[in-house]
Amino acid sequence: MTENILELNNLTKFFPAKAGGIFSRAKGEVRAVDGVNLTVGRGETVGLVGESGCGKTTVGRTVMKLYEPTSGQIVFDGQDITNLDRKEMKPIRSKMQMIFQDPFSSLNPRHTVGTIISSSFTIHDIEPEGGVEHAVRELLTLVGLNPEHINRFPHEFSGGQRQRIGIARSLALKPKLIVADEPVSALDVSIQAQVVNLLDDLQKEFGLSYLFVAHDLSIVQHISDRVVVMYLGKVMEMAPTRELFANPRHPYTKALLSAVPVADPKIGRSRERIILQGDLPSPVNPPSGCVFNTRCWKAQDICRSVVPETIQISPLQTVACHFPEV
Amino acid sequence: MSKFLEVTNLNVSFPTEDGEVRASNEVSYSVGLGETLAIVGESGSGKSVSNLAVMGLHNPVRTKITGSAVLNLADGPVDVISASADTVRRLRGKSMSMIFQDPMSALHPFFTIGDQIAEAWHLYNKGSKKDGIKKATEMLDLVGIPDAASRAHDYPHQFSGGMRQRAMIAMALVNNPSLLIADEPTTALDVTVQSQILQLLKDLQKEFNMAIILITHDLGVVAEVADRICVMYGGRIVEDGTVDDIFYRPEHPYTLGLLNSVPRITAGESHRLRAIPGQPPSLISLPSGCAFQPRCEYSTKVSSGACASTVPSLSDKGSGHLSRCHLDAADLNNLVKDKA
Amino acid sequence: MLTFVARRLAYTIILLAIVSLTIFFIFDLIPVDPARLVCSKQCTPSLVEANRHRLGLDVSVLEQWWRFIVGLFAGRTFGEEGIAITCAAPALGYSFSRHECVTTIVAEAFPFTLSLALGAFVLWLSVGISLGVLSARKKGKFADRAASVFVLVGTSLPTFITGILVVLFIVLQFNLVNPLELGNWHNPFTEPLGWLQTFFFPCATLALAYAATYTRFTRSNVIETSSEDFIRTARAKGLTEKVILRKHTLRAALAPIVTIAGLDFAGLLGGAIITEGIFGLNGLGRLSIKAVTQTYDLPIIVATTLIASAFVLIMNLIVDIAYAFIDPRVRTS
Repeated sequence: MTENILELNNLTKFFPAKAGGIFSRAKGEVRAVDGVNLTVGRGETVGLVGESGCGKTTVGRTVMKLYEPTSGQIVFDGQDITNLDRKEMKPIRSKMQMIFQDPFSSLNPRHTVGTIISSSFTIHDIEPEGGVEHAVRELLTLVGLNPEHINRFPHEFSGGQRQRIGIARSLALKPKLIVADEPVSALDVSIQAQVVNLLDDLQKEFGLSYLFVAHDLSIVQHISDRVVVMYLGKVMEMAPTRELFANPRHPYTKALLSAVPVADPKIGRSRERIILQGDLPSPVNPPSGCVFNTRCWKAQDICRSVVPETIQISPLQTVACHFPEV
Repeated sequence: MSKFLEVTNLNVSFPTEDGEVRASNEVSYSVGLGETLAIVGESGSGKSVSNLAVMGLHNPVRTKITGSAVLNLADGPVDVISASADTVRRLRGKSMSMIFQDPMSALHPFFTIGDQIAEAWHLYNKGSKKDGIKKATEMLDLVGIPDAASRAHDYPHQFSGGMRQRAMIAMALVNNPSLLIADEPTTALDVTVQSQILQLLKDLQKEFNMAIILITHDLGVVAEVADRICVMYGGRIVEDGTVDDIFYRPEHPYTLGLLNSVPRITAGESHRLRAIPGQPPSLISLPSGCAFQPRCEYSTKVSSGACASTVPSLSDKGSGHLSRCHLDAADLNNLVKDKA
Repeated sequence: MLTFVARRLAYTIILLAIVSLTIFFIFDLIPVDPARLVCSKQCTPSLVEANRHRLGLDVSVLEQWWRFIVGLFAGRTFGEEGIAITCAAPALGYSFSRHECVTTIVAEAFPFTLSLALGAFVLWLSVGISLGVLSARKKGKFADRAASVFVLVGTSLPTFITGILVVLFIVLQFNLVNPLELGNWHNPFTEPLGWLQTFFFPCATLALAYAATYTRFTRSNVIETSSEDFIRTARAKGLTEKVILRKHTLRAALAPIVTIAGLDFAGLLGGAIITEGIFGLNGLGRLSIKAVTQTYDLPIIVATTLIASAFVLIMNLIVDIAYAFIDPRVRTS
């Protein structure tokens, strides 16, 4: 048994950038994920953060093989799943599950909660102990819903409850890894906390591993053991949560952390803010050298021409920068 | 000295197929020039509704509005609730402006950014088409859009999300209004862009001495920019105070719960989040008594079961810090201490 | 933009070639032998063969098609040995049932069809859009309900019923139009009244069904657009309701109508068979029906089919270009 449940080696996913029209050719590629190395240990939660268009969602979906990787390697539970086809993936899918952002569109409105959750069993031809209905009721109880509501439809539930249904569905087959794609960002603040706590509890109970994709740094900090920061398809920095938040080494991480508004006015007033200039460059035509150089206040000539190596700063912390913070 | 906008006992409701939505109940707040009032609440708390009423943007046929919202203009006060639709229209864009959550859908896809800003300017200023575009360019420059003269001829889809919101701000401020209502202005934006926009709003407020009403669900954003905060729940203001009042001396159990359920990026040890149990109420069927009572862990501490039967009044203990709770602030504090 | 147009133009030409080739293949499969049809009563196999040669049917389908294409550009001579008839370019063939160049026949019929299509188009667009806007603005009120009755009547009554009713009552009963004048051609520029006599009622009949659909479409588009965020922004700016409707709402709401209107118009240019039939207008629709059901006049059928598809394809191109002008997102991305 290997130490890591998931390993991504130099994972790359490019999408063709289409111009539209029958005679037009693809005009280059969107480099959504560009050489990502990442591991998730057993029982560990790895937070994957970055702004929109940084490729974090694509990483999650490529891990699930919802997208075919362009190159690189995906190792799940010691097995290389990079080139497995649909049929070969089927037994593996029961061991890794996904939770989606939108609890409104990810549940079929015409199916009852019971049907939605039990579909996990029927798809994989599994007869759970004590029967399907018994198992579904147990799952509902597990995620804090009333098992009597098994015959209700998704629209009869609130957003937070729907996210719980999504979580129950993903837990049905006792997965080892859950890829959670912005699981709480569509929810209200008071409900977010409920769902985050539920995820925490489930992890403790079942020894789950999470790849937690999110843009909200405070949630990520709360739930993750390690955090990976992405920008324009590349990993900028990777570190244990405490190190990353206490002492960010990449200028982008530093700026990102300083941009997060703190729900504490005194700290907000006293701390020094780094306000980045400009917008994210297009992933179709990323800047040469370090992709962050166009917005980085430390950028030198070398940043514009040479892609920085990923440096191992400590056994657990890596940073891809020519001039990391100290 | 009265404040620029004074909203008093504003009630807004509209009928739907499922029943009457009572979106705003006895809502009162005020905001002065140069001041930022944040209205905080979760979805369905009614935080946008009262401000849309101030702007006169509700459907006049379907919506029932009572109460008053007085703008203290240089040439005398105007109550925008009782004033004629045309009077209110003439105040929009000139004395009060509004920006919205999603700047992509809030801009017309068929007109250039410059044209859309110039259109707002032409409404209240005489000038040629060229003057309008010149003014638009000036405004775009002011809100920090590089190369404004040429970007004025671009269409909204050619702008990034952050630039679109800047353009919306430029459009809202082109006639130098005294009040800007910003409805979740940064919710659709990335954090690094969010901090740019918040900084921009702060700078512009200083420059033009505007009153800003910021409607948001994000306590972090509130902490950074607000002077005063109204917390809304179930269509009512449950607490009203200065930033420090709300964050350091909360007097309402909902405010307390909200603050506790936000993970803090500065917190050292990762502690378990203290979530508020249950779901927010529906504005169609509000619980009797205090709307927060079904979720409130302190409601049992109130004798005589007043929480479930009577709506508590929004009472001021003398310091300008208002709370709508049957529990006395001091008692609530003791209960919190006991728990910890 | 220019490359876009050039590309679409090339695309249109290729499609036209494919369509015409398909038409030739289809007619080759039909078990009717035109060579036998044009043959007189005393028909001999050798006469049929001779006719086949004169009709140009004695070569392969591909060859027939190629001669047709060449004729389009260079003109074409039919028959030989002293009785040859030359049709000038663009030659669409020679009709042996009418002993005329198809191009001439089509040129005679086309003004009827164009008048009918254009007149109906203008009528249904103006009626449909104004009723649609009115009914959206007065949603749920009397005007809206009245419009919805019109929509119901217009969409449920087929043209052959309304057409006959119009002929029976308005034209014949009240003598608004001299029945003998029905179907006569008048030049709209020199005799506008005569042209109106001939075309007003056919146009109105044809427009009725379309106007109903366009009313409904405009209504729902205006209502949908009115709830867009950018309309709320326009209101927040302080614009008057009139400006919001005319400039902001209609521009966005009517853009999709351009596409549909263009294609509907193109369809009618190929001939409005029923309306032309009822009002005795000798347009392309009547021409093709006659050629198909009575004379089996292959050259005419080929020509009218091809013209109809050419209109659809060309209109498609025009609509796309127009759309790019209306919607900058199409133009600049």
